[in-house]
Amino acid sequence: MPTKIEKDAITGTDTTGHEWDGLKELNTPLPTWWLYTFYACCVFALVWVVLYPAIPVQGWTGITGWTARGAINGEMETARARTEPMLARLRSATPEQIAANPELRAYAIAGGRAVFANNCAACHGAGGQGARGGYPSLADDEWIWGGDLGAIHRTITHGIRNHDSDEARVSMMPRFGVDGVLTRAQITDVAEQVLALGNRSTDAAMAARGAPLYAENCASCHGERGEGNTDVGAPNLSDRVWLHASDRAGIAAYIANPQMGVMPAFAQRLDPALVNMLAVYVHSLGGGR
Amino acid sequence: MFKRFSHAIIEKNVLLLGVLSLITVSIGGLAQIVPLFTVESTIERVQGIRPYTPLELMGRDIYVREGCYVCHSQMVRPFRDEHERYGHYSLAAESMYDRPFQWGSKRSGPDLARVGGRYSDDWQAQHLRSPRALVPESIMPPYAFLDRALDTTRVQASLRTQRALGVPYTPEMIANALADLRAQANPDADGSGLTSRYPRVRQSAFDGNPRDVTEMDALVAYLQMLGTLVNFRDVTPEQLRQQ
Repeated sequence: MPTKIEKDAITGTDTTGHEWDGLKELNTPLPTWWLYTFYACCVFALVWVVLYPAIPVQGWTGITGWTARGAINGEMETARARTEPMLARLRSATPEQIAANPELRAYAIAGGRAVFANNCAACHGAGGQGARGGYPSLADDEWIWGGDLGAIHRTITHGIRNHDSDEARVSMMPRFGVDGVLTRAQITDVAEQVLALGNRSTDAAMAARGAPLYAENCASCHGERGEGNTDVGAPNLSDRVWLHASDRAGIAAYIANPQMGVMPAFAQRLDPALVNMLAVYVHSLGGGR
Repeated sequence: MFKRFSHAIIEKNVLLLGVLSLITVSIGGLAQIVPLFTVESTIERVQGIRPYTPLELMGRDIYVREGCYVCHSQMVRPFRDEHERYGHYSLAAESMYDRPFQWGSKRSGPDLARVGGRYSDDWQAQHLRSPRALVPESIMPPYAFLDRALDTTRVQASLRTQRALGVPYTPEMIANALADLRAQANPDADGSGLTSRYPRVRQSAFDGNPRDVTEMDALVAYLQMLGTLVNFRDVTPEQLRQQ
């Protein structure tokens, strides 16, 4: 390969001295700004190697000793140190005490809103409005398992019909149709009687046939007049708030094959202080007793 | 030295050029791979990780088939905001039986690494059928078609494939794969064998119907176990350290 370096007449720069079939290559120097940026990057990389665990050898941590897991542990510690004094107070207080103390209550509601958005909103809606398909509204004054602070706290802590907690709230409405307790006609009659409890019956004869069946099969949980019983999670049947369908066909379908809701136990997922905050927040949504 | 060993020598010698090129391109790989030879295992020694049950494995296949990983990650990164929202950062051990892993690289939807047990089975099934019925602002497509029978003909083959890839499925697990799959999808079935083979497994009518095993059953079973195997209250810092 010829290595005759020439000076190019037009640019005034040397050639590389290489020549291919008459083509010659200019040896244009690198721009100064580029060269110094490159040197700066090299220096940065060297400093980085010294400071951080850049050499993947067991035991080499860099002089800062930084690790991603160490970093988050420190971050969590700092955050905990900031929030712990207030969280400790919220943890040791009962929901009733928090609700009665304006300072604690303000903190619980602000924090409870964030915890609710992350853990509860997917089922109960962003504002606690509930969702079709068996997710009750928390913003009205109809409560299936009780709407005072203690009851709400217990429901959040242990959940409902789940596999997480031995103290989960459990009640099982019989499957009157699927298990053959009542005939299809009897179930329709009972559904009409349920409508009658809320003064919505349009067929008095049918409701009259359903009334004794209701008294025999339903009243022990839902009450003589359908007033419900929060001890066993039996909803009030005499008002206009319905978790599932509210027409006769829908009610009959539910009696035949109930679809009872499940809620996780949050004591295993959340700090007790957060459960207290949630209870106060949910209680404040509009329907707390 | 530079005068004697000029670039022209390399350019004129194909073999030398090849060897030197190989060394150059190997440096990056060597720097990443060789140090790992000094580490016994990069997987944390935490308790509770087990291979997927046959039903969960089928659900995982559906997760991959439907491209859930395109919008959902399964990787809680070690940042405080993620810790507060999703829980403890993900461990290597938690995806040690994933072939391939489902860490994902983008979140159009939330991270799912710890979604297990967060919602009820009913919620998961209803949400898959019609996401916007439960979360009005959701942009997730509906997957109502998953309410169809699960193709169980390749359950055993799947377990065998996973075993060939290094997942410790025992011959007993493979032999009972179909029975275990059916037992997990029915809360009233005898689950003693299933439970002995797969600790902390949960039997349920995941899609609300205990009679038929559907794709919905499999996917919900998979989602409901994600991130639930390690109990972080029992994990010590020592267990998280590489050996």
